[in-house]
This record gives sequence, structure tokens and C-alpha cells, in this order.
Amino acid sequence: MDAVRLAWLIPGFPLAGFVILFLGRRYLKEPLAGWIATLMMVGAFVSAVVVFTGLHSLDEEKRQVVLKGVEWIRAGGFSVRFNLLVDPLSITMVLFVTGVGALIHLYSIGYMHGQERFTRFFTYLNMFAFAMLVLVLAANYLLVFLGWEGVGLCSYLLVSFWFERPSAARAGKKAFVANRVGDFGFMLAMFLIFSHLGTLDLLPALSSAPHLARGTATAVALLLYLAAAGKSAQGPLFVWLPDAMEGPTPVSALIHAATMVTAGVYLLVRSHPFLEHGPAAGDVVAWVGAFTALIAATIALVNFDIKRVLAYSTISQLGYMFLAVGVGAYTAAIFHMVTHAFFKALLFLGAGSVMHGTEDNQDMRVMGGLRKFMPLTAITFMVAWLAIAGIVPFAGFWSKDEILAAAWVGGAGVSAHYFLWFVGAVTALLTAFYMTRQVWLVFFSDERWRGRLQHEPHESPKLMTVPLVVLAVLSFVGGAINLPVEGLKNLTEWLHAAVPVKPLEAHSFGQGFLLSTVAVILGGIGILVGIRIYNKGLRNGQDPVLVRLGALGRFFERGWGIDPAIAWFVDKPGRAVAEVLAQPVDQGIIDGAVNGVAALVTGVGAGVRKIQTGFVRNYALTLLSGATVVLFVFLVRGSL
Amino acid sequence: MAFPYATALLAVPAAGAAVTAAIPGSKEKAVRAVAVGVSLVTLALSAALLVDFDKGVAGYQFVQSKMWIRPLGIHYLMGVDGISLFMVVLTGLLFPIALLASTHVSKRVNAYFALMLVLEAALMGIFLSIDLFLFFVFWEVMLVPMYFLIGTWGYDRRIYAAVKFFIYTAAGSALLLLGILSLAILHAKAPGAHLTFDLRTLMEWKGLNPNTARWLFLAFGASFAIKVPLFPLHTWLPDAHVEAPTAGSVLLAGLLLKLGAYGFLRFSLTLFPQASVDFAPLLLTLATIGILYGAVVAAMQRDLKKVVAYSSVAHLGFVVLGTFALTTIGIEGGLFTMVSHGLTTGALFLLVGILYDRRHTRQIDAFGGVWKSAPKLGGIFLAVTFASIGLPGLSGFVGEFLSLIGTFVVHRPYAIVAATGVILAAVYMLWSFQRVFTGEPTGDNATFKDMSRLELATVLPLLGFSLFLGIYPKPLLERVEPSVKALISHVESRTDYHQPKVADLGPKAVASSSKEGGR
Repeated sequence: MDAVRLAWLIPGFPLAGFVILFLGRRYLKEPLAGWIATLMMVGAFVSAVVVFTGLHSLDEEKRQVVLKGVEWIRAGGFSVRFNLLVDPLSITMVLFVTGVGALIHLYSIGYMHGQERFTRFFTYLNMFAFAMLVLVLAANYLLVFLGWEGVGLCSYLLVSFWFERPSAARAGKKAFVANRVGDFGFMLAMFLIFSHLGTLDLLPALSSAPHLARGTATAVALLLYLAAAGKSAQGPLFVWLPDAMEGPTPVSALIHAATMVTAGVYLLVRSHPFLEHGPAAGDVVAWVGAFTALIAATIALVNFDIKRVLAYSTISQLGYMFLAVGVGAYTAAIFHMVTHAFFKALLFLGAGSVMHGTEDNQDMRVMGGLRKFMPLTAITFMVAWLAIAGIVPFAGFWSKDEILAAAWVGGAGVSAHYFLWFVGAVTALLTAFYMTRQVWLVFFSDERWRGRLQHEPHESPKLMTVPLVVLAVLSFVGGAINLPVEGLKNLTEWLHAAVPVKPLEAHSFGQGFLLSTVAVILGGIGILVGIRIYNKGLRNGQDPVLVRLGALGRFFERGWGIDPAIAWFVDKPGRAVAEVLAQPVDQGIIDGAVNGVAALVTGVGAGVRKIQTGFVRNYALTLLSGATVVLFVFLVRGSL
Repeated sequence: MAFPYATALLAVPAAGAAVTAAIPGSKEKAVRAVAVGVSLVTLALSAALLVDFDKGVAGYQFVQSKMWIRPLGIHYLMGVDGISLFMVVLTGLLFPIALLASTHVSKRVNAYFALMLVLEAALMGIFLSIDLFLFFVFWEVMLVPMYFLIGTWGYDRRIYAAVKFFIYTAAGSALLLLGILSLAILHAKAPGAHLTFDLRTLMEWKGLNPNTARWLFLAFGASFAIKVPLFPLHTWLPDAHVEAPTAGSVLLAGLLLKLGAYGFLRFSLTLFPQASVDFAPLLLTLATIGILYGAVVAAMQRDLKKVVAYSSVAHLGFVVLGTFALTTIGIEGGLFTMVSHGLTTGALFLLVGILYDRRHTRQIDAFGGVWKSAPKLGGIFLAVTFASIGLPGLSGFVGEFLSLIGTFVVHRPYAIVAATGVILAAVYMLWSFQRVFTGEPTGDNATFKDMSRLELATVLPLLGFSLFLGIYPKPLLERVEPSVKALISHVESRTDYHQPKVADLGPKAVASSSKEGGR
């Protein structure tokens, strides 16, 4: 119990780091600022481990501890405290957020070397970690929202970190506004919860969720899903995430792959009683998730930007997690979130290492054969590649397998779940293929960078490669936290105290084995076909697959036209309406009417524009005499 | 005998105005020193009032009463309660800042600072009056200095803006005066009553014909609606803001816009509870329109000061929304937003003033990349921007959220539509920020001078309080709550209206609501 109380230290360390770096910004420079920030993350991670062991030593039914803090807001019957909820779900999140976060902080010391605003970068990074930890540890929806908006702020600041670049500034704003659309849903969900349940505290609200009318529960679940779709880039709201790659690469790894973008999945898993009680919402979540996974994968297929491929891949993998949430496989969603944090952070950091060694080049057409120049980066990147492709026994295999099996079995009464499984399986094939394409275009095939780069590519410093190695090990063995064998389902059993839902599993060992085999075969096919096509690199600078796909390929390349569609159907009419309101309506009709009335009243006739100061005196006199008359009349009548 | 805070808060700036006016305009430094010193003494007085204020009491505190005009039953009747307390404190806080920010005033300096202090005295009088006639006197006095501040020390189209401001406000005042006189006289005609303007007596009078009450509500309401300003009576605001000197804009946004909402709370709800309930849908509608309309129109402005001006229309919409939700949560949210908006919009106008001082333009297109050449200005502008668009952890959020949730529990559609304002606010503020501060600076923007110590000293306190109230709003909310609860029970005791109790919500109530099929 005493160990659990240390949970305050988990957000406390990065908060302290933020304050120290902010106040001491004039004195703390490179590399000291980076080391302080990293140390704070290590401190948070160590505290998280201690809290984990403390929580683990408790009996299962006691593993939901609320730590009481001071009151934040109280008005009328509305009250919110700064309380923390320490339970298996929040601590699982905290462990990988602080662990992966510490590694990425360390890597950033090397990556950001020589950058102006070095200290500011780490100040933001610590602030982000603080907000993210508040988000997952909060015991109240409004406090979750505080963290939720905090990470959104940090995402804005870090995406537009190089604000001199107009594209970076634009991307930051786009990310924030897209997230605000989701926040609208979050706020309405809170309004609904409060007006029906009288509290926003997580535990009481969640335990009374089953008493709600089904329609209300569905509405709450869907509104929370709107919030999640904004933060986790689902459905049409995904458009901000590829643009967010304008931020420094460690930011992409930490915020836009491993942690912040998974907050939506966390929110829904945390709020699962609303989903359980409003099953129609689950259908929406699963279907949008499956199709987001598929659509993002097709875009990743034809992109040439090393980071954007990974961004679309992240959207796609988040789609898998939502597919899992939608069919009720909550632990599978969290499992995949953890393994994805390992291998996707590794992929991004690897991409950063490649860029670091090739003069900040992001174009895969100007890469090739880099394994000879940066062997460690290549090997670790390939571990992540096998993990995301779902090859046994790498981490991604186990978690993706669980999701696909759950879709096949189809919990929570989700309709047409075999079709969902099919979409997921096709996406798995595509994933293996586009990742193979990336690995071969970057590390194998011909050296297309020759003559286009000033220097030979080089391996990154130890500060950057050590985190790569650690993440590679995790991406290799990370699946061990939840093996599909009785007695080894550690994560599932551990989460049971927070997510007391029966996990969805294949009906028999044979069925499970068959499904897994199919998944591995699909991954294998994707890899083999990818190697066969891209072993020879590009053909005259052209991607053979893109050429073969023709119009469809260009459609994929343009991101299914979603960005232009939003511009056409939202931005353009919105701007037109705004312009009409701002000029003809506001200045013409409304202001004109007022000026007209004023002119009429005063009898000047020429309108207020031409009225000179002398008029005011007259007006005041008129007013005063009028008032006197009124007063007089009333007084006389009053005395009668 | 308790310290006569009301008289002191009124007399110090008034006396200061007289002294300042008496100093020859050529002694600029002395004028400034006296004026700032007087405003700081007033700030200290309002801070002392805050400390002395008994937070558990719903009624007026530090009441001072003296017969003023006996035949008409007019009293010098002053006091403070939870609803006016923070308006007084905000007045005390914003004046020293506005005066310090008036560095560019060069003509008729003594008149300028004297008028500023007159304005402060008038505002204190408005917030502290409990006698309706006294309130009206201060209300009218306030108009004069503001008119001259815009008309004399403003920018190019200052005369037009000043006249427009004057006409709008004076038109409202005429109706307000009519309303006040009618009410007092009707009350005096009732058996056993006498002519009085004492709000506490008038609000307890039950003899008012409901139909008359509705007309009187409209007469009071029109005046307040112009001041808020509520859509479609808002067009004086952008003109007045753009043409007013920086300090004038700070006070206009920070304090004068609060008078309308304050008037609704202090007079409309107390004197005409039934009419308030009846007209609530109208005001909720106008407030909601204002939230969206202000945000949309703000997005399209080319003048940065107009962006901030229209954003005020949106913010004040949240205040009126919370007020006419007629729930404790909503009204507290409205009051909180009033204070928060005073801090953040005050800061925004100061920052826009700094941009103008450097470049002599407010056209957004003329700027770009300023964050790089003036990092402090950029960073602080961004922080204030987020405070203004309601980022949790800063004051704007608490007020907006409470207004919305307080509205949602009784009037869902308004709250749902108004909540889209959170998306729009991010659009127009961040877009403005992007265009002014990001990118690579060129030309004059590349040699932009960063904020001076004095400029930091004016803006940082506002940002600091916004952060403080965002993290720890309790000191404000707990002082406001007793008076708000008393106000709601006053309305409830006089009408069929009852706000839903949170106890009625709760898990116990869920079972019954689910039987209804749930909404």
C-alpha cells in the first residue's frame, strides 16, 4: 500500500523536470538539459516499477486504489479532485509510457545535438510526459481531459517546433484543431455522464454505467469514441497525423506512435462499461477501426517518405487496436498497444537514425543499401520489421494474432465479424508488404543516394543506438507478457482487476492454431513478394507497384482524397459562410441597420459616419430632458 | 465599525482624479506617478476587501447606508457580496496595469490620467451600489470618461467609434432609467410602501404585475444586452475596441463588457425572477448565436485587434449562457468566465498594443515570424492564446466548462451547439497566431524588439492569475457560491422554476431515468 502511494512521484518527476528546465532555461544548455529531462523520466520509470510491485503484492480485488488529492473544481453539486487511480490498467500504461519515454529522451540528446532551442525541446518533452501520465493516472474524466488537452498542447508545440517552416506551423495547428473536434465529443460525453450519474469520477461512474438507458450509454460511448478518433487518428480525422511528421523524429516516435495517439484506445478501454452497455457503439468502433487500418495500409504502400510511411502504418495499427476494442477484446487492444509502442518507437527512431546519417533525407528514393553504412540501425530496424509483419516469435505476432482471433470469434455481438477478420487479415498482408518495401528501399537494393548526398552515410552515435538495441530486444521478446498458453496469460490476468471482462479466445486450440498459421502465412507472403519486387530497387526511379496499380495507385498516393474532400466540404463552405457573415452581414446588415436607426432617430439623415461631436451634446440633452419628463410624469401620477 | 471599504474604493480614485487633473500637464512624470500610485492604493484596498470578505456569507457585507436625497428616497447605499466581489477586485487589478501600459499617451496627459481614475471610481460605484438610483448615476458617469478616452486618445476613426459607443450606451441608459423609475414608482404606489430605490426592498416586493415585470425586464435587459454585448447589438464593440488606445481596450474588454452580465445577475434576476425564467430561452438563444457568430466573424478579420474584439462577443456569450441557465453551476461558470475573460483578453489587448507600437499596424498580413525575432512576446502571446481558447489548467477552461455543464443539465440543445465554440476558438486564435508569429521573419519583422521589462510587468500578472485560477479556482468559486445559491433560491421562491439538484442525478436517480427510456 505504501509503495502504491509513490504513484504521485510518477507524474511528479517529469513535472519537476519541466519546472527546472523552464526556470533554469538561461543556464541549462546542451547537453545538461537533456540529461536532466532523461533522468526525470528514469525516475518516473523506477517509481512506476516500485508502484507496480506494490500493486502486484495486493490481492486482486484490492488492486484499484484511489489516491486522494486536493480539490480542483467545486461549484454547486459539481466537484472534481486531483485524485489518482492506481490500478493494473493505469500502471501498465505508465510502465510503457515512462520506459519507452526514457529511451526516447536519451536518444533525443544525440538526435537534437547542435539544435538551437535544445533546452526548450526537452522542456516540452518533460511537459508532455507529465500530461500523458496525468491522462492515464487520473481518477476522474475531467482530470483525464486535463491530461488529454495537455498532451494536445505539447503535440502542437512539438509538431511546430521548427516554427520557421510554414509547413510545420500549419501542421501543428491542423493537429490541434482536428483534436479539438474530438474534444467536443469528450466534453459532451462528460456532460451526459454528469447529468445522468451526477459524478465524473471514474470508478463510481463506470460502476453505475449499467444502470443507464441503452441509448444514453451508446451516446456516451460514441461521444468518447469521437474524442478517441481525434486523438488516435481514426476515420477521416486521421489526416492530421501524417502532417504531424513535421516535428522532430523523436517526437514522432514518442507522441505520434508510442504514447499520445494510443490515448484514445486507453480512454475506450477504461470506459468499457459504456461500450458493453451500448453495444451499437462497439460496431461503429470495430468497423471504423478495421477500415482505417486497411485504408492507411494502402496509403503506406505507395508513399516515399520514410516517416510518412510509418505514420500511415501507425494509423493502421491503431485501427487494429480499435477493432479489438470494438469486438470487446480489451486486453488484446492493450497488449497490441504495448508491443506496438516497442516496435513502432523503434521504427521511428531507426528512421531518425537513417535521416541523421543521410543529411536529414526523408525520401526513400534517395536511399538504398544503407545496411553497410549503418549496420546497427539496419539490424534493429529489421527486428521491428519482423515484429510488425507478425512473424513468430516477434512481439507483434502475439498481439496481432490475439486481435484477429478475437475478430474471428466476434464478441459483444458485433455483426459480420468474419468480414472484420478478413479486413484485418488483408491489412496484415499489406503491412508485411509495405514494411518489406521500406526495409528494402532503405537498407537493401541499389545505392541511389550516390551523387545526391554530399557525404557517405554514417552510423549514429551510441546515445542513439543504445535505445535502438534496447527497443529491439523488447520488440523481440515483448510478446512474452501475454502468451496464449494457460498460466502464461500474464497481461490478461493482471488487467482483470481493471477490465473484468472475459477475454475472447479461439474456441479450441486447433482453431487458434489454424488462425495463427493463416496469419503467419499472410505475413510471410507479404514479405516474400516485397523482397522479390524491391530487391532490384526502383525501375528508372519509378516504383513498379505504383506503376502497375495505375489510377488506383495515384488514388492511394493522394490519401484516398480525404484531405481534398475535407477542404472541399468543410473548409471551403466554412470560409464562405464566415466571409459572408463578417462582411455583408455584420458590417452591412447589422451595423447598417443600427447606423440607419441612429440616423433616423437623430434626424440628421446623413448617418452616423458624418456626425460631429456637437451631436453628442444634443443627444445627451435630448436624453436628459426625456428622462426628466418621464420622471416628472411618474412623480405626478405617483402622487395622485 | 467595519472599515468603510465601499467609500474608500470610491473616494481614493475620485480624489486621485482631482489631484491628477490639478497637476499641470507638462509635469508628465508627476502625473503618471500620482495616477499609478493612486490606482495601486485602490488595488491594495480591493485586496484587503478580498481578505476581509467573509466567504460563508450570502448577503451584502461592509454595507454603508446614508440617506442622500430624502424626498426621492435615494440612499447612498453601498456594499459587496459574492457576485460583485471579484468585479471589484478585477477593477482594482486592471487599472494599475492599464495605467502602466499608457506609455504612449503624450497629449494632455493630466486629463488622460484624471479621466482614467474617474472611470475607476465610476466602475467601483457601479459594482458596489445597492441603491438602483445610485447605480444609475455611476452607470452614466462611467460613460463620460470612456467617451473621451476613445474620442480624444484613440486612433484614426476615433470620433466615429466614440459617437457610436455613446449612442448605443446612451440609448440603453434611457431605457434603464425608465425601467428604474417605473419600478420604484410602481412600488411606491403599493399600499404601505414608500418611494425607495433599495434593491433589497424592491426585490422582496411581490406586488408587481407579471406583465409589467416583463416590460421592465426588457427595459433593463436592453441596456444590459448592449453592454454585454449580445448579438445583434454588438457592432459598437469592434469599432470602439479598434479605435480605443490600448489601455482603453483593456478596460473596455476587462470591465465594461462585464457590466451587462453583472446587471443581468444583480438586477434582472433579482427584480424580475419570473420574467427572467420566461425570457431565458431568448437570452440563451442570443448567447449561443453570439458564441458561434463571434468566433466565425473573428476568424475572418484582417485586423488583429478586431479578432480579439469579436472573440469577446463569443466569450461573453458563455457568460450569458451560464447566467440564464439559472443553475448554480452555470452562474458560477458565468462569473468565473467574467473574471477569466478580464485577465486573458486584457492581456491579449496589451500584446496587440505592443505589436502596434513596434510596427504601427495591426494588419495580420503585415506580420510573420515574430516569434523568432521576439521570443518572449511570441511565447507569452501563445500562452495567453491557450488561456483564451480554454485549455484546461488555465482559467478560461474552468469558466467555459462550468457554464456549459450548468446549461447542459437543464437546456441540452443550447449547450451542445455552444460547445462547438471550443473548436472554433482554436481555429481563429491559432490561425491568427500562426500568421503573426510563425514562419521566417523578414523586413521589419526580423528586427522586432522583444518585450521590455515594463511590458512584461503589465502582462505577466494577468497570465499568472489566469494560471493560478486554472489550477486552483477554489478561492474564487467558494466566495461566489453562497451569493449565487441565494440568488437561485430567490428565483425559485418566486417562480415554479427549480434547478435540478445533483442529488436528483446520482446513481439512485438513474434507475428511474432509465425507465423513461433515458434521454
